[in-house]
Amino acid sequence: MIGTAGAYFNPDEARIMTDQLFQTPLYEVHKAAGARMGPFGGWDMPIQYAGILNEHHHTRTKASIFDTCHMGEFEVKGPGAQADLENLLTLNVDTIREGQCRYGFLLNDEGGVIDDLTCYRRAGEHFFLVVNAGTRGNDASWIKSHLSANTTFTDLSPGRTKIDVQGPGARQAVEAVLGPLPDLGYFRFADLDLGGIPMTLSRTGYTGEWGYEFYFDSAPAIDIWHRLVGGGVIQPAGLGARDTLRLEMGYALYGNELNAHMTPAGATGGAFIHMGKDFIGKPAVERELANPTRHLVGLMLESKRAARSHDRVVANGETVGEVTSGSVAPSLDCAIALAYVDDGFHAPGTELAISVRNKELPARVTGLPFYTDGTARKKSR
Amino acid sequence: MNVPQDLRYTKSHEWINVTDEEVTIGISDFAQSQLGDLTFVELPTAGDSVTAGDEVAVVESVKAASDVYSPVSGTITAVNEALEDSPELINNDAFGEGWMFKVRLSDVAQLDGLLSATDYAGLAPGDA
Repeated sequence: MIGTAGAYFNPDEARIMTDQLFQTPLYEVHKAAGARMGPFGGWDMPIQYAGILNEHHHTRTKASIFDTCHMGEFEVKGPGAQADLENLLTLNVDTIREGQCRYGFLLNDEGGVIDDLTCYRRAGEHFFLVVNAGTRGNDASWIKSHLSANTTFTDLSPGRTKIDVQGPGARQAVEAVLGPLPDLGYFRFADLDLGGIPMTLSRTGYTGEWGYEFYFDSAPAIDIWHRLVGGGVIQPAGLGARDTLRLEMGYALYGNELNAHMTPAGATGGAFIHMGKDFIGKPAVERELANPTRHLVGLMLESKRAARSHDRVVANGETVGEVTSGSVAPSLDCAIALAYVDDGFHAPGTELAISVRNKELPARVTGLPFYTDGTARKKSR
Repeated sequence: MNVPQDLRYTKSHEWINVTDEEVTIGISDFAQSQLGDLTFVELPTAGDSVTAGDEVAVVESVKAASDVYSPVSGTITAVNEALEDSPELINNDAFGEGWMFKVRLSDVAQLDGLLSATDYAGLAPGDA
């Protein structure tokens, strides 16, 4: 009965993985901690340590540390960098201030999503992009082929460490170990020296809780990890909890909610897409925003029986959509799902059903986020 | 790996406690550890007739749903309703509090096809 026990995130991804998985600088730490490892985006990553539910609740109530070294980091700079990124990205680059970052999409000519990413402005024409692991190579090729002659592109990822510390107690727990942190607003960042290590510290994350993403050269990665965990508050959390946490927030996961065959219009309804400028893929996005065919919605189920990716969404026996992510919501005590549904079935309160194996589970369209007590956007901590 | 000697097993990781013509069935400690935190259990209905190999229950973890097969033929006589509110009983005590259902055997001879603890321990990968 454990035929599906190997499934962890995205079965499509598991099928295309090769034997050769990358290891992060923290790989041995995870093994020593007894983590269950699994492939994600071409990397051998920790899926869980103490258990997904434990790690989820610890993140919502205290603070957890996540190895996110698999994610890609690019530097784009030069006199034409802003104009090039304005053309490449859906977000409004012009209004990002120094020390600020913004989320958006990298689209192909048809408006399909090559990746979702965060764009940081370090200085006037000096940008830092954080991208997904499995898309890093495609992203780099696409970006490089669309830069003007005086813009330089560097893939910083090799030799770099990224760790996330997330949870309402993150600030106090980090400060107890590494010293005082600056007051950073949401989606603000600073370059600083922390615990003797030069770092970029960003008040961002993927959990819905107050927290940080740390970027630094990998040499002290294991030492920093042990110091943070050694403080006694911060526990390691794997990609399993990262997934349930982001799902409760309604955040998209590339490969599930976003892919190269769909514009981001249905996923965001226009958010993170600045239509007041030109960008690659804009005509397709414009058409879909004007005449939407499908919408990404949150579905709340009645019990803890979960729907899963690719399950059909039905109304009166007709298929009206497809689940992209589904799981029990540990903080809500019921199952939740993200799904694309046809236009007209997306209003909050709409009663639908999800065909799960041999059963139809009642599901109600609900506003996002599912979990509304997250601390990510709090003014201070 | 925890494999009690006094139980019988299947290749699909169910255990069977044979006391008399009514047997108790659950999933092994190895199975629960592979699945991780269980979040939902669907049980059969007492009174139902089952044939060996039938999908009679579902266990869901955070990441996946898995079928549980009846290892024997007969009639369901009881189900562990405590699992409906507390699926973690299977994680905490797979061979005890985490039992799933009982079957009154249609034919005692069918037990001959089940695995011994030694055979099962030899099949399941993992730490011995």
